[in-house]
Amino acid sequence: MHNLWPWKLELRGTPSRAMTYLSPLIAIVLTMLLGALLFAALGKDPLAGLKVFLIDPFNGKRAISELLLKATPLILCALGLAVCFRANIWNIGAEGQFTVGALFSGAMLVFLDVPNHAIPGSVGLVLMVLAGIVGGAFWASITASLRDRFNANEILVSLMLTYVAQLLLMYAVNGPLKDPNGMNFPQSKVFSDEFMLPMLLSGTRLHIGFAVTLILAAVMTVFMTRSFRGFSLMVGGVAPHAARYAGFSSRSALWVSLLISGGFAGLAGAFEIAGPIGQLLPSVSPGYGFAAIIVAFIGRLHPVGAVLGGLVMSLLYLGGELAQSRLGLPSAITGVFQGMLLFLLLASDTLINYRLRRKARI
Amino acid sequence: MEQLASLIAASINAGTPLLLAALGLLINERAGVLNLGAEGMMLVAAIAGFAVGYSTHSPMLGFLAGALSGVLMAALFSWLALVLATNQVATGLALSIFGTGLSAFLGQSLVGLGLPAQAMGIPYLKDIPFIGPALFQQHWMSYLALLLCGAIAWFIYRTRAGLVLRAIGESPESAHALGYPVRWIRFAALLFGGACCGLAGAYLSLVYTPMWVEGLVSGRGWIALALTAFATWRPLRVLLGALLFGGVTILQFYLQGMGVSIPSQVLSMAPYVATIVVLALISRNPDWIRLNMPASLGKPFKPDAS
Repeated sequence: MHNLWPWKLELRGTPSRAMTYLSPLIAIVLTMLLGALLFAALGKDPLAGLKVFLIDPFNGKRAISELLLKATPLILCALGLAVCFRANIWNIGAEGQFTVGALFSGAMLVFLDVPNHAIPGSVGLVLMVLAGIVGGAFWASITASLRDRFNANEILVSLMLTYVAQLLLMYAVNGPLKDPNGMNFPQSKVFSDEFMLPMLLSGTRLHIGFAVTLILAAVMTVFMTRSFRGFSLMVGGVAPHAARYAGFSSRSALWVSLLISGGFAGLAGAFEIAGPIGQLLPSVSPGYGFAAIIVAFIGRLHPVGAVLGGLVMSLLYLGGELAQSRLGLPSAITGVFQGMLLFLLLASDTLINYRLRRKARI
Repeated sequence: MEQLASLIAASINAGTPLLLAALGLLINERAGVLNLGAEGMMLVAAIAGFAVGYSTHSPMLGFLAGALSGVLMAALFSWLALVLATNQVATGLALSIFGTGLSAFLGQSLVGLGLPAQAMGIPYLKDIPFIGPALFQQHWMSYLALLLCGAIAWFIYRTRAGLVLRAIGESPESAHALGYPVRWIRFAALLFGGACCGLAGAYLSLVYTPMWVEGLVSGRGWIALALTAFATWRPLRVLLGALLFGGVTILQFYLQGMGVSIPSQVLSMAPYVATIVVLALISRNPDWIRLNMPASLGKPFKPDAS
């Protein structure tokens, strides 16, 4: 392998703490540089391309509110995934848990939102949110129980369940939850305003869910760094033998982390339904659950990091949409950037344990 | 009878991409590398194969392009996982996320285009009653996949190189101490796996569907990964599993055709649910899985650390 690479990696005595925090920044900068090259290769002005991704999403109150709105589901999913990954549980199915959360909360709203059904909007919202959390946690519990009882690989199970969840949603919007007056489109009715989340900022689409997300990030910070349960989860992930010796149950780590993760993803689904979307559609998520995996890693599996990572990822989503309208590029460019970002993060993370030295010529 | 023959034929058709991908992954995993990027490699290969096949009117070139793009994706994975010794699970996921995005990006202008039908079947043999339509009316790639399966079984169990490959998967440290270039062999295994996944992806967009839509592979890469575990890393069991899963995939269309009143979406869940169920059944005995699984699977090998 040696000759492919003019640098030599030298093992550090101790992992570099500075690099732990610098590596996401290096990855983001490199992604942008590669992105500029990509723009140039596509015959677009690289600077104009970067402006669309880095500056335009901050242009004014409306743009910023959209940035925060898009970050909300990403942060929520990443908060849960960070717990899972710390406990060494590879839950890859946040997308499915998000979908089922959206489905459950949408079904709840279809049930509640009937004319003359005297339910106050606030009660309806609480029920809707609970349904979303239960839906996501339920979907994650399938993965947890199959892993627990049958030792089935959680990566593959949670992923297969994502496809099942997508088909379940398709079935629901084509069948029981379909809008009878919807011109035969596969979608539910548009929910009435009283069951929509209150706005955080008037004149924008930014709803109260963003504030809830920030509060939950603070709660999770306390949980993960200050609570005994959070500590035992982490020990189980880093050193399973030590955890067993200390009497920390890996079973409970599996269940706790998956239920938290599923609940958060389901909540994100509920917020999308009662927030920007306002009805149940087959396409509730443009891959938030998968993007949140990257967000969790960019955020160093820390709740505060998840908030920052969620904002970065939101920038990529908005940049992709703007690239479509302003530069005429396919919006799927977001996915390319997402993949590059994760690759470059993994590559830069090498610098945590290794030092880069120029190889001596022989 | 006629229906049974076409059911068998359709199962082979649907099982071919699973077989190709799972055989490639089997070689990866026998060398001790877990590449969760199969879905991404197949997606990129599907769009590359389709684009080349469509523009050159040559499915052969399409398959070549598919294999080549799979190799390139695998090389990207190799650089991270072998040179930088990154976490294989995370790197594989990155490859899948990247492949999903890249294929959607490249394929956006090719959505809705169709390919002409290709010649299928082996002359003369396909005219045999029952056996002909059941077994000999496939695309040549299906027969190639079958040959590959036999070749890999022979390679792994009957050749010296296969023995070295298995040794590296079981104990890279010992193989390294004996002087075998562990990372180069793993690199070769990964490129081979990439080529196989590439052929599988190209088969989907050139023969099975044959067209391009976003997310065309729809989880077959992951099912192929599960297949290697079902098959306990044995090539002939991979073949059996691929045919079985091909059958499950096809059954939904037959049930629909027979007028069974189950919603189509519920029927479409069958392959995914089947994967989960079989995965649970096969994993129930952890000792059995552990006995068969290459011991170093998923663990990065750092010669300077040992």
